[in-house]
Amino acid sequence: MNIPFTVEERPDTGLTNGKLGVWLFLASEVMLFGALFSTYIILRMGAVEWPHGELNVKLGAINTVILISSSVTMVMAWASLKLNDFGKHKLYLIATFVLSGIFLVNKYFEYADHFARGEGPWHSTFLAIYFTLTGLHGIHILGGMVVMLYFIGPGARLWKKNPEQFTNRIEITGLYWHFVDLVWIFLFPILYLL
Amino acid sequence: MHSDPEAVKKSIRTYMMVGASLLVFTGITVAANALHLAVPAAVAVALIIATTKGSMVASIFMHLSHEKKWIYGALLLTVVGFIILMTVPIFTIMDHIGTPGQAVGVAAAPHAEH
Repeated sequence: MNIPFTVEERPDTGLTNGKLGVWLFLASEVMLFGALFSTYIILRMGAVEWPHGELNVKLGAINTVILISSSVTMVMAWASLKLNDFGKHKLYLIATFVLSGIFLVNKYFEYADHFARGEGPWHSTFLAIYFTLTGLHGIHILGGMVVMLYFIGPGARLWKKNPEQFTNRIEITGLYWHFVDLVWIFLFPILYLL
Repeated sequence: MHSDPEAVKKSIRTYMMVGASLLVFTGITVAANALHLAVPAAVAVALIIATTKGSMVASIFMHLSHEKKWIYGALLLTVVGFIILMTVPIFTIMDHIGTPGQAVGVAAAPHAEH
């Protein structure tokens, strides 16, 4: 049995099921990260002192640039499909995948530096919330990479069978990816600068 | 969301411009941090820039500027929930029950005499 409304829009919502589904998922994600941001505020307000300049601002800023660039390549991957250019789409999707990989490699170096100095999440309240927030965000990056890898590889076959459905899937992947970028846009100043 | 190729071609220019603006705003955020403003001012500046950047990503990259009402409805509920979550710290700060020197009519007196 085929899943209904993957290409044509539902008459009552005017949306495909996948698109409404991903927006509801993102709404729950806002609440998840919102709860952690709220926790951050409570911990910071209750702390006698809060460390400043413990994180590598340069590396954090580079990672921000990388994620913003990956959002641009992601939206270009979708736009290329709309223009019926599968070759360009694949190029942009691979670029997004590579950029997200670089982001995680940078994060690995940051984490490794902290652990080498014995500064794990147990070291201070600041590092506990830092590792929680960036770790959860990192898992989201990893999840996005798995989905992208699928669409670069076996998932790409759908383009030949049903290009419109494939384009919708890439749009949904893009919505998730832009959300991950959006979360980082707030994480960077909160953790690295303030 | 655009479906005809001409509209998509026009959007590509917008995507590039938004991408460039986001990078410029990132530079401004880092530069503002180097000014070593007082904490309230630094928080305000950083959050204003982050909110501007976030709005650009949501409205242009995620096409929220022209979406269907069902999505706006779902997001409106999310915004309400998010605001409630952000007010939790305020209630925590206001809650002085059990805090030394704040108990009603008891230990607060000696502190007040000074």
